[in-house]
Amino acid sequence: MAEVHEPFATPGQQREAAMMGMYIFLASEMMLFSGLFLVALYLRLTHPQEVVAASRQMHVFLGAANTALLLSSSFLVALAVEAAEGGRARPAARRLSAAVLLGFFFLALKAVEYRMEYGEKILPLPGASTDFFAPAQHAFMNLYLIATALHAVHLTIGIGLLAVLAVRMQRGTLDLPARRVVVTNAGLYWHLVDVIWIFLYPVFYLAR
Amino acid sequence: MTDTAQERPDPENLADTGLSETGVERVSYLRAGHTLKSWLLTTDHKRIAILYMIAITFFFFVGGVAAALVRLDLLTPAGDLMSNEGYNRAFTLHGVVMVWFFLIPSIPNTFGNFLLPLMIGARDLAFPRLNLLSWYIFMVAGVFTLLVLILGGVDTGWTFYTPMSSMFAHGQVVLAATAVFVAGFSSILTGLNFIVTVHRLRCPGMTWGRLPLFVWSIYATSLILVLATPVLSVTLALIAAERLFGLGVFDPALGGDPLLYQHLFWFYSHPAVYIMVLPALGVVSELVAAAARKPIFGYSFVAGSSMAIAVLGFFVWGHHMFVSGQSMYASAVFSFLSIAVAIPSGIKVYNWTATLYKGHISLDPPFLFAMAFIGLFVVGGLTGLILAMLAVDVHVHDTYFVVAHFHYIMVGGAVSAYFGALHFWWPKMFGRNYSLVWGRISALFIFLGFNLTFFPQFLLGYLGMPRRYHVYPPEFQVLHVLSSAGATILGLAYAMPFVYLLHALRYGSPAGPNPWGATGLEWQTGSPPPKHNFETPPVVTRPAYDYHIEMERDDDG
Repeated sequence: MAEVHEPFATPGQQREAAMMGMYIFLASEMMLFSGLFLVALYLRLTHPQEVVAASRQMHVFLGAANTALLLSSSFLVALAVEAAEGGRARPAARRLSAAVLLGFFFLALKAVEYRMEYGEKILPLPGASTDFFAPAQHAFMNLYLIATALHAVHLTIGIGLLAVLAVRMQRGTLDLPARRVVVTNAGLYWHLVDVIWIFLYPVFYLAR
Repeated sequence: MTDTAQERPDPENLADTGLSETGVERVSYLRAGHTLKSWLLTTDHKRIAILYMIAITFFFFVGGVAAALVRLDLLTPAGDLMSNEGYNRAFTLHGVVMVWFFLIPSIPNTFGNFLLPLMIGARDLAFPRLNLLSWYIFMVAGVFTLLVLILGGVDTGWTFYTPMSSMFAHGQVVLAATAVFVAGFSSILTGLNFIVTVHRLRCPGMTWGRLPLFVWSIYATSLILVLATPVLSVTLALIAAERLFGLGVFDPALGGDPLLYQHLFWFYSHPAVYIMVLPALGVVSELVAAAARKPIFGYSFVAGSSMAIAVLGFFVWGHHMFVSGQSMYASAVFSFLSIAVAIPSGIKVYNWTATLYKGHISLDPPFLFAMAFIGLFVVGGLTGLILAMLAVDVHVHDTYFVVAHFHYIMVGGAVSAYFGALHFWWPKMFGRNYSLVWGRISALFIFLGFNLTFFPQFLLGYLGMPRRYHVYPPEFQVLHVLSSAGATILGLAYAMPFVYLLHALRYGSPAGPNPWGATGLEWQTGSPPPKHNFETPPVVTRPAYDYHIEMERDDDG
């Protein structure tokens, strides 16, 4: 029997409310990133050649590898949610752990990529020596750094969420399937972070 | 349970040192724990509402002091009270504090929090702990604001326009942006909580068509809070990135465009105006129906117009940029859409008037505030139409005409409604009646003081007085002195309710569950309500505002 908290009458009502809250939160997250996409659109429209040239300097295959990593992790998370809803805590925990591992790979690869860009003098970190062929490339790389860093922050939060859930399910301290909505919501968050990357990738790597 | 206060302390019982209290009060949320911890760790929406009320009252005074400094400096044409920079810091502080730390949280976070569950027959908001968290986030933001103040303020204006804010301003821009950024998360979480509550926690029989209009307007406001606030967050983050790390995306030297900043800023900040005024519109609908003792005229249109304002509000931001160099065609579209906002606004005003028609109107303080709101909202709205006209806007853009216009909406409108709500629901929140005479007097003085303060500013603006200047040609002095004199009256009038409302907490007579004879679930429980809101879960069987309509033959009640 699920624990029903104060304002709710039934577990079903509580679950629906929790999921609805998550969806609204994700809508608000999308609006957060939409500001960055608007800036990207603006740069693309006002400086098309520079943006294309800047995008060609990006490590498109590293970006593609990262996309593949995130998509696989989302697949694993979807499987974990499936297992959690069926009350199978151990398989769910294993799948979440694998997704967490892929998330770490993503961050590691991203760090490698930053390091390479730093070496090529196109990563505008504070204090870094940079060499841009045009001011608009500088603006483009500024936006790239802000957007990917913000995405990495979200991903790190996601890794934390999934890791905690994986541990709890492994230990059996998460009451499944009654509390399955917790896993579903964490999964939804993970998928959103993934979807944002799916938009970031073409915007920064595939401008042609 | 009794509504009569006992004589306390009881002369027979030497151990009894308490205040007089009624039986209802003894089991109310106010007595459900007396420690500071029981307040600071509460998840009761009613207590969180009180926490918000204390916090925003404090910020109202901070913002008010800044306004007083501004008006004092404007008494003379020379800038003799403050330096130019000091003046910039004063009006920036006034704007930032009043917008984000008073107006935006004012009605939603106090009355929305308190009333939403009561009005829909729920025991609490959907996520009570999230609700408490959003108060703490708000307080963290408030601490940042105070830090800004202590460390010397910020001089960009509340709009943080680039490249001023990102490249040239000297003050605590990053800290101020952080304060607003953090406050934004509080807004988002509160909005999310309200939306889920309205969807999932309505009591049996409380259909969408029976929701009180206040709930409709809070719902519309929440949609804006959730969808517009994050855009401001990311915009302020971009400014902080430019100032802290040199990661400019608005920097013209890099091919960025400061105008892009304005687009992003106003995409939030114009809807934010509706965050401030939509709850006020909802409050006035409640006050008008209760005062007229009639069903609200055209319920579905009044409810729908709240949603229409929320949706339209997302598509009018460009009217802040008519002279900023945006495309002429874009300006024409924005002008048209801005004028279109008048339709739902007009629907509300006409429907309130029609509700009052042949009503049995009681001239109690809440209704006087509602009347003040309607009058000032009409003036503010009509001058908004003037400003939405492209050609006229070129003449009065960035003048006191604009300042007067938005103060009519945000202060004359939203703050009057806030005080109206305070006077209407105070007996419900605390179980005690306040002095109606003083209530009427303060409503009157707020109305008069407000008009004396801001009407001269329409004239000033039309004559060409630009906003944000403290040195001005001597011929403007008379109007400026009038405005400052009005501000004195307004300031005193705003202080009056704090005396008699607080006095009523201890000495007021018990209010009883329904002092105004209003419909609505919140009036069917005790005043103040018990911790769990309702003794038995309510069931709704009738539409909202189901007042008995007086016919010719009926006796006066």
